[in-house]
Order: sequence, then structure tokens, then C-alpha cells
Amino acid sequence: MSVVLAQETGRGPGLAPAGAKRRWTRLVLPVYSGLVLFYLVLPILVMILYGFNASGPKRVSFRWQGFSLFGYTHLFAKPDLTTALKNSLFIAVVSTVIASILGTLIALALVRYRFRGRGVSDFVLFMNISAPEIVLGASLLSLFVSFGVPRGILTIIIAHVMFNIAYVAVTVRARLAGFDRHLEEAAQDLGAGPWITFAKVTLPLIWAGILAGGLLAFALSIDDFVITNFNAGTTQTFPLWVYGAVKVGIPPQVFVMGTLIFGFGVLIALLNVVAQRRRA
Amino acid sequence: MPDVDVRLEGVTKRFGEVKAVDDLHLEIQQGEFFSLLGPSGCGKTTTLRMIGGFEEPSAGGISLGGGDVTNLPPYRRNVNTVFQSYALFPHLSIFENIAFGLRRKKVDRSEVQRRVKESLDLVDLPGFDTRKPTQLSGGQQQRVALARALVNRPRLLLLDEPLGALDLKLRKQMQLELKRIQQEVGITFLYVTHDQEEAMTMSNRLAVMRHGRIEQLDVPERMYESPATEFVAGFLGASNLLEGQILDRSSELANVGVAGGSTVRVPTARLDGQGPTVKVGVRPEKIKLEADEGDPPAGWNSVSGTLRVSTFVGVSHQYTVNGPADSTLTVYAQNLGAEPAPREGERVRLLWRPEHTFVVQPSAPLAEWEEEQ
Repeated sequence: MSVVLAQETGRGPGLAPAGAKRRWTRLVLPVYSGLVLFYLVLPILVMILYGFNASGPKRVSFRWQGFSLFGYTHLFAKPDLTTALKNSLFIAVVSTVIASILGTLIALALVRYRFRGRGVSDFVLFMNISAPEIVLGASLLSLFVSFGVPRGILTIIIAHVMFNIAYVAVTVRARLAGFDRHLEEAAQDLGAGPWITFAKVTLPLIWAGILAGGLLAFALSIDDFVITNFNAGTTQTFPLWVYGAVKVGIPPQVFVMGTLIFGFGVLIALLNVVAQRRRA
Repeated sequence: MPDVDVRLEGVTKRFGEVKAVDDLHLEIQQGEFFSLLGPSGCGKTTTLRMIGGFEEPSAGGISLGGGDVTNLPPYRRNVNTVFQSYALFPHLSIFENIAFGLRRKKVDRSEVQRRVKESLDLVDLPGFDTRKPTQLSGGQQQRVALARALVNRPRLLLLDEPLGALDLKLRKQMQLELKRIQQEVGITFLYVTHDQEEAMTMSNRLAVMRHGRIEQLDVPERMYESPATEFVAGFLGASNLLEGQILDRSSELANVGVAGGSTVRVPTARLDGQGPTVKVGVRPEKIKLEADEGDPPAGWNSVSGTLRVSTFVGVSHQYTVNGPADSTLTVYAQNLGAEPAPREGERVRLLWRPEHTFVVQPSAPLAEWEEEQ
């Protein structure tokens, strides 16, 4: 309102000096960028904020009841939730390690060798990423049921490894694309056998790619809901527990755990940046 | 006679239908600086890679210091390679790059320290041990690659166009440096290049390759002064070739009648196994250019033509002359500043000594994929 008034009483836009106009347009990009960034971090900020929400024994979640550290001091006050988080972390770590190893090997094979079925493997990776989760989850469930595999942590891990392999493979393959094969020849030339060459030259050089793929896999695994829901049986994971809790209200511990997981991810990303800087 | 260090016997390498290397026989002596020279696709790099162990020959055998290495992997051969791309390990310091080979051999710590320092001194990069390869210039990386190979004291060092990525001035400097280092360490060097000047500057002997075969193998001077084939003549600098008939080979100097009616005299020994039609040639810097007046001086070969292009290069003049029977002849005349340079369009006479005339075997014309030199 005051802006409009100022324009009407003062100089109109046509009378404004060229410098003023340029100053105004110079603000467009920062403001626009700021809004987009705000849009991206808003949910995270809300999560962090609600971790400090005061709530008594009653589970009322989406109303601000005042600042409190209750969620932090009583982080493990809900045994079900704690078990679910432990399950999620265990599943994420195990499936990330397995998927990282398998995905890296697939990437090496796809980049290094021409073999029968290479095109098909490539296509399967792409399909795995693009297929709707609901389809993967449902079909995996019917597979487990028809083979009589009891659903539990094991089936969740199998499912998570399945959808994580493709992400690791694609990330590592991008890293391998610019890899100078002469480096491996040079290592062999200097007396290193195939294993030493892999350990001393290949692995250190693609490590950043494997780490990036692994982090992606960890993030995808720890918050997966759809596929997990199909294959969990009676096992609770963090996302499954939260989904169940929504109907009755989410305790602040959930937001605190979310904040901690997020903080952990940020920490690893920062460490990675620092390591890259030091290497360069 | 020094010991033979590397011996290739009937080595052939096929990639599908293509024979990259075709029944190659080669012996390189202990302590020699030997070059394989040829256009891209001639098989020189494939030959080097087979000696290094990166490719397996389709047929034939390779022995190193008397022992058969034909099917040994690279890490079991006492050979080290300087790669064209240097292939320094980007994640390791210069020290660790150079120490890589010694660590594989479990050389003890203080010895590693000493030898790495020694080899950095050898390539004139003392104090560079803590840096990373990306912090070095191309020329410095090149030296590190050399140090990394030499520190292992291999029986044979393979160099795959190691100077290709450097600018001209640095390349000239590194040529002399390489030669000095080779003499200092006394290791056999096998050098692969497509640069004829580079090969001639450094080598004790060199072989010109084409289509997977050796066209000629000799010391640089003889290779240049009397190339055996048309291809070698063309590859090692500019050459002037004239086709002619042997008229008389009874005395020490034979007469060859070239197109256009002139007679060129050639040392008869060079015509062995040739004729009656031959191609004779002469290097451009051997030719004296003068105005086409009166009789040519006795004891010189003489051919007449019309001066087409005259180019001033600084140290010399370069002339292009239309010779007899549509031939184009090149002349390099040192810029002595004494005589007035002939003008374009004038009739000129090209004079050279009979002993500077060489005889070549005709080669197949250049294929499309071969580099013009």
C-alpha cells in the first residue's frame, strides 16, 4: 500500500532515473533465488522447529504449544519408536553396503567391457529407477508370498538393495566415464598386479562416486515407505511407525529424530566437501 | 658386439581383420636409444604395447635380455613405460607417484627415500616431492613420469610419444634432456614417435614403420642420406624424386636418364638389384640453385626448371621449382647474404654432387588415413 502511494505521489516509473530502474531489476534474481531456497528448506525448518514443541503426555502434534526440550531429553521415551528407528538404521546401513558393492561392480562392468547382455543390463537399471515404487513393492510382495518367504527385516533389506543398486551403479558410472585407463596400465607397468592396482589406483579414484552413490542409497533406504510397507510383515521401521502415528498425533521425538538424521546427512556432505578440497 | 636386449621374432598383432603389426623382426641392443618412427596407424604403438605387456601378440615371440616374455603380464616384466598422457596418479603426491614401483618391490623405507630423491634430481625437479600432479605444468609432469619409470632401474624403458603434448620449444629442450638422461643411466630406450626430427635428434638407430612392417632400419644419418624407399624418403624430410632409366652402369658412377632429357649420375653401388626404371632423389639442402646460363659445371648433376615460388624463412630461402616432366623440386638455400636471390618465373639450374643422389624403391601411394608429413 505504501509502495503504491509512494509511486503515485512521487515520480512515476517513466520519470525514474535509469540508475534507479537498474537497481530495481538487480534485485529480481536474488529475491527469486531466495524464494526458491526458502521453498526448499521450509519443510526442514518446520521439522526442526516442531522438535522443540512442548507437548505433554498427550500426542498433539501440529499445534505450537511453546518451546521445550522435552523431545530431546525424552528422545527414547517411546520404545516402539526407538525400535522402529533402530530397524531403519540397521536396514539402511546393511542395504547401503550391499548395494554399494554390487552397484560399483555393475558400473565397472558396464563401462569397461563389451559383453552379451550389456544393453539389457543398462535398460534394467533405467527401468528400476523409473518404475513406480508401488509396482516394485507389490510385485516383490507377490514374489515373496509365492515363494513362501516370511516378511521381515530380511525381505526389507532385499527390497532396499534391489532399488538402491541402480542409483549406486548410475552414480559410479558417471565417475568412471572420465577415468584414464592408462592409470591402471601405469600401475601394472610399475609392478602392481590386478588386485593391488584396484586397491591403490582404481578404488581411490572412484571412491568419491561410490560415497555419493552410497549416501544416496542410505537416504533412499531410511525414508522408504511404499516398498517397505508391502514387504515389512509385522516389522516396524521409522517411516512406517510415523505413518501409523499420524492418525493419533505425532510426538516431538519424531521431529527430533528426523532432525538428527538430517544433521547427520549434512555432516557427511560437509566432510565430503572438505575432503575433496584437501585432495584438490 | 653389444648384447641384444630386446628381440622380436615374427611378431604379428591382429585386431579383427586388421593386421596392426605384420611379421616384425627387430633386435635392440643393450644401452641403445632406439626409435620406432612412422605415421599414425603404422603399428609402432602396438609394437611398444606388446613389449610392455599391454597387448599379446597374435603370433611370434618377444624376448627380453634372453628370457621369453611373450605372454607375461606387464607387472612381471622388467620394463617400464612413459605414457603419452603421463598417467600420473592424481590422488598421490609426486613422492608417492615415483615410489609406487619401489613399494611394490618392497624396497625398504630409507632406500625408497634415497632413490626417489635421486631420481627427482635426475629429472631436475628437486623439492617437488610433496606436490600433487595437478599442481605441475605439462613439462614437469612429463619429467615426473620419466622419474617414476627410471627409479625402478628397468632393463628397458618404453616411451610412447612422451613429448607429444608439449609445445615446440619445450619439446626441443626435453629432447636433449632425454638424451642426456639416457646416457647418464645407460638404460635401453625404445622411443615411439611420428616426429622424424625428434627421432633423428635422439636415436642411435631408428626404424621407419608402415602398415605394420619396418620399411627401413638404420642409423639416422644413413637413413636420411640414403632412404631405401620412396616412403622413407618422403617421411624423413622433404625429398626430390625423379623417375629415370639406367643408361650405363659400367663405371663407378652410373648414368640415369631422367624425364626431360637430363642425365643424372649416381654411385653405381646404390643401383644394386634395381632397374631398368628407377627413382632417384636428392635432399633439398644439397642443391645449389643458379641462373640457367652457359654450360653446367663438370662433376655436378644438373637439372633445369622454372622458379615458381620463393619463400624467405630467415635462416634460409626455400624455393619451389617446376622441373622436367611436371616434377616439383624443392631447394633450401642457406641465407648467406652473398648472392642476389633468383626471382620467381626465372629459368634456373639445380646442381648437386652425384654422391648426394640416392635411389629409392617405389612405395604404394599414401592411403587416406596416413598422415602427410
